[in-house]
Amino acid sequence: MTVQPLNSYRSGPDERGHFGKFGGRFVAETLMPVILEVEKAYAEAKNDPAFQAEMDGYLAHYVGRPSPLYYAERLTEHLRAKNPGKGAKIYLKREELNHTGSHKVNNVLGQILLARRMGKKRIIAETGAGQHGVATATLCARFGLECVVYMGAVDVERQKPNVFRMHMLGAKVVPVQSGARTLKDAMNEALRDWVTNVATTYYCIGTVAGPHPYPAMVRDFQSVIGKETREQMLAAEGRLPDSLIACIGGGSNAMGLFHPFLDDKDVAIYGVEAAGHGLASGQHAASLTGGRPGVLHGNRTYLLMDDDGQITEAHSISAGLDYPGIGPEHAFLHETERVTYLSATDKEALDAFMLLSKLEGIIPALESAHAIAKAVELAPELPQDHLMVVNLSGRGDKDVPQVADILGGQF
Amino acid sequence: MSRIDRRFAVCRAEGRAALVTFVTAGDPDADTSLAILKALPGAGADLIEIGMPFTDPMADGPAIQLSSQRALKGGQTLRKTLDMVRAFRAGDADTPVILMGYYNPIYVYGVERFLSDAREAGVDGLIVVDLPPEEDDELCVPALKAGLSFIRLATPTTDDARLPAVLANTSGFVYYVSITGITGSATPDFDAVARSVARIKAHTDLPVVVGFGVKTGEHAAAIARGADGVVVGSAVVEAVRASLDGEGRATAATVPAVEKLVGELAAGVRSVAKAPAA
Repeated sequence: MTVQPLNSYRSGPDERGHFGKFGGRFVAETLMPVILEVEKAYAEAKNDPAFQAEMDGYLAHYVGRPSPLYYAERLTEHLRAKNPGKGAKIYLKREELNHTGSHKVNNVLGQILLARRMGKKRIIAETGAGQHGVATATLCARFGLECVVYMGAVDVERQKPNVFRMHMLGAKVVPVQSGARTLKDAMNEALRDWVTNVATTYYCIGTVAGPHPYPAMVRDFQSVIGKETREQMLAAEGRLPDSLIACIGGGSNAMGLFHPFLDDKDVAIYGVEAAGHGLASGQHAASLTGGRPGVLHGNRTYLLMDDDGQITEAHSISAGLDYPGIGPEHAFLHETERVTYLSATDKEALDAFMLLSKLEGIIPALESAHAIAKAVELAPELPQDHLMVVNLSGRGDKDVPQVADILGGQF
Repeated sequence: MSRIDRRFAVCRAEGRAALVTFVTAGDPDADTSLAILKALPGAGADLIEIGMPFTDPMADGPAIQLSSQRALKGGQTLRKTLDMVRAFRAGDADTPVILMGYYNPIYVYGVERFLSDAREAGVDGLIVVDLPPEEDDELCVPALKAGLSFIRLATPTTDDARLPAVLANTSGFVYYVSITGITGSATPDFDAVARSVARIKAHTDLPVVVGFGVKTGEHAAAIARGADGVVVGSAVVEAVRASLDGEGRATAATVPAVEKLVGELAAGVRSVAKAPAA
């Protein structure tokens, strides 16, 4: 496939929410008026300096931004030892140091401030690993809003620490028993709640997916990651990075890091999907590599499905990546070939999880470990003056019980 | 005049509202599902909605979710659903058949191919829950060009400002969703529904039918006073579920259970006399 380079990769979406052929607003009529209301409220807020000032204040004093851009010296040296004379210089964007332990809070803060402007008192959210649920429960506690989080029953089991956290923060966690009982089903159930309680309720979507304007709005709120990285790298090295790497479930941490760099053509960009037991096994969550275009949860994007258009179950060791779709802007960046999408298996992610813990004293989330895994693979082949940024999107405390369970006696 | 138009004209001439029944294609298996379908007109159904099962029915409550799961487990596909319509049509040239579901299976089947196969099979109209007017280019406009009706949902959140956009490309009838919610959940406030139906009728000459939350003959009668038709879905697929054996298989009671419920609903609808059309 030959692809004409675009003048800009940052101009989407159009007024109907399309990134190329992806995106759109595929929702039931009951939700269309509120979707249009969210779109209007966000357009107004975006252009209101008071809204931005309020965001900046909470980002600095409540979330703890800016997050550091940290030179991972021991990881860099470890990989250089594998291929003498070579080996990229690896920086970690420390989103795991944010309040609540991941990048999710950047988006939730923006949406909760928006919901307040809209006068909505009840907030619902879906969550996979529980990071988005925890961030939503946290901001609802901070602003005194009712919070209901839908979470697949399977994920409730494997991410117990986060379930406890949400309870402590005053949120109601509803275990979802339908379908595969993971993130996709949690999103279905959240949509059912929204249809039922649309007059009072704001749906705080956790990733760059769903009907327009969510993919663009969540991206905008997460773009603080990439904007900071740009400034921090210029300050540290006097130039832009040569490559960026981030893991992708729905793709919000990746889109937040990538978007400010999309038009810097010399910056190579890699997204890492979850390959589960391996792409050939059929048990994975790699929508771009192993799926095809379809329509689900309000947008057209790449999905895992069978020949009849029935959505198939994703698999990943990481609950946060265990979703059969991906944000529509990633589908667009994949087809235009601006971003290269790779995948990492459960085993590669687990190895990277242990490696980073031991070399840097940083326990990454299993989600972020997928990005680390590909850095480990790519960096040794690159020259030493190559500047690589890996988005450390979350911390791994929540994963410790699960990893201990998997590794068992190997500790 | 389409089959849908003719059927509403007949009901009007008889001075009554129409009964629209929903069943999921392939629930609990292909043969039983076809037998149910064939029994519906005799039991009193005036129009038939056939659900195209989907793994992720976001607007449906537990009854239709489970019904879709039973059908998919039994191997139902969109192609088999079209075969089922064809088999039904071979023995019934008059009862309108409307396919209802979600967009992804149609998108994957291919819109043009789907429209041509559906028309050839004897389908009269489509209801696709996740295609609002904002996405009319996807399927609505091509369906109208192919000679199929595209039936839109209007809801309690569709205000007067938005209603013209919702009605613009609608044909056959308008489906008013009686509640803000999912199928088979709350029982509607019948007075509020009557006011909403009157409001929609001020904007269109199309028949207005009402569904979501209608479970009994009494409910059906209450709706039939103001509306041109009543849709019952969750209660019908629930009757199917209740008739299955411990392994989820159809029994000798399955088809009669549906016939009995539809008979009661039809009696409810027919108990309300309306002024016959001039």
